[in-house]
Amino acid sequence: MIHLAGPYVLAALLIGLGLAGLLLRRNAVLLLIGVELALAGALVLMVTAGARGEVDHEAGSVLPLFVMTIAAAEVVVALAIILTAYRHRARIDLDEPNEPRS
Amino acid sequence: MTALDLAFLAASVIAVAGGVLAITTRQVVHAALWLVVSLLGVAGAVLILGAELVALVLLLVYVGAVVVLVLFALMLTRAPIGPDTAHAPGLPRALAAGAVGAAVVTMLLSVLIPLAGGWGATVDRQSADSPRVAREIFTTWVWPFELLSLLLLAALIAALAVSRIQRDAP
Repeated sequence: MIHLAGPYVLAALLIGLGLAGLLLRRNAVLLLIGVELALAGALVLMVTAGARGEVDHEAGSVLPLFVMTIAAAEVVVALAIILTAYRHRARIDLDEPNEPRS
Repeated sequence: MTALDLAFLAASVIAVAGGVLAITTRQVVHAALWLVVSLLGVAGAVLILGAELVALVLLLVYVGAVVVLVLFALMLTRAPIGPDTAHAPGLPRALAAGAVGAAVVTMLLSVLIPLAGGWGATVDRQSADSPRVAREIFTTWVWPFELLSLLLLAALIAALAVSRIQRDAP
C-alpha cells in the first residue's frame, strides 16, 4: 500500500524545478537540464496513472518509454544546434545580443 | 505511513535535492552530475511505484546516454573548470525564476491532489508485468513504436546535417 499524494507531489516539484531551471540558466547546454527535469516529472505522472490501474494497454509503462525516446531525440538535435551556434558565435550565453563573431 | 511510503519519500528527497542542486550550482559540470543524482532518485521512485522496466530504461537512456551527451557538449563548449561566474543569473532573475517555479508547483498541486483523491488516498502496489508490456508494445502500440524508430533516424540525420553547416555557407 502506498499513498497516492507522494507521486503527485514529486511530479509537481520536478516540473516546477525544471521550469525554474529553464528560466535561471544562461548557459545554453544547461538549459537542457531544466527540460530533462520537467520531462522526468511528466514521466512520474504517467507511471502513477499506470500504478492506479486506471489505464488500459499498459499505457503506464509504454508511454514513459516513448517519452524517453522522444526526449533522447530532442537532446541530440538540440545539442547539435547549440554546438553549431557555438562554433559560429564562440558564445553560449543566451543573454548575449545576437551578432556574429567579429 | 507504510514502508513503501518511507522508501518513496527517500527517493523523492534524493530526486528533488538533486534537481535543486542541478539547477542552482555554479559549477557547470556538477550541474550535469547532479542531474544524474536526481534521475537516480526518479528511477527509484518509479521502481517503488511498480514500473521496473521504466526505471531500468530511465537509467540506461538518461544516465547512460543523455547525461554523457550533455557532458560532452559542456566540454566542447569549453566549460570553465570551477565556478562559472560569466553566466551568473543575477538576483532579480533568480527570484523571478524561483517565484515562477513555486507558482507552477502550487498550481499543479491544487489540480493533482484532488485528482489523487485527497491526501489520504492509497493504492496497492503491483508490479508491471513485463511480458504483458512487451506484448502490448508489439500489438496495440506497434505503429507509434515504429514511428519512434523513424523519429530517431530523423534526429540522427538532422544532428549530422546541422553539425556540418559551414560558417561561410551562403
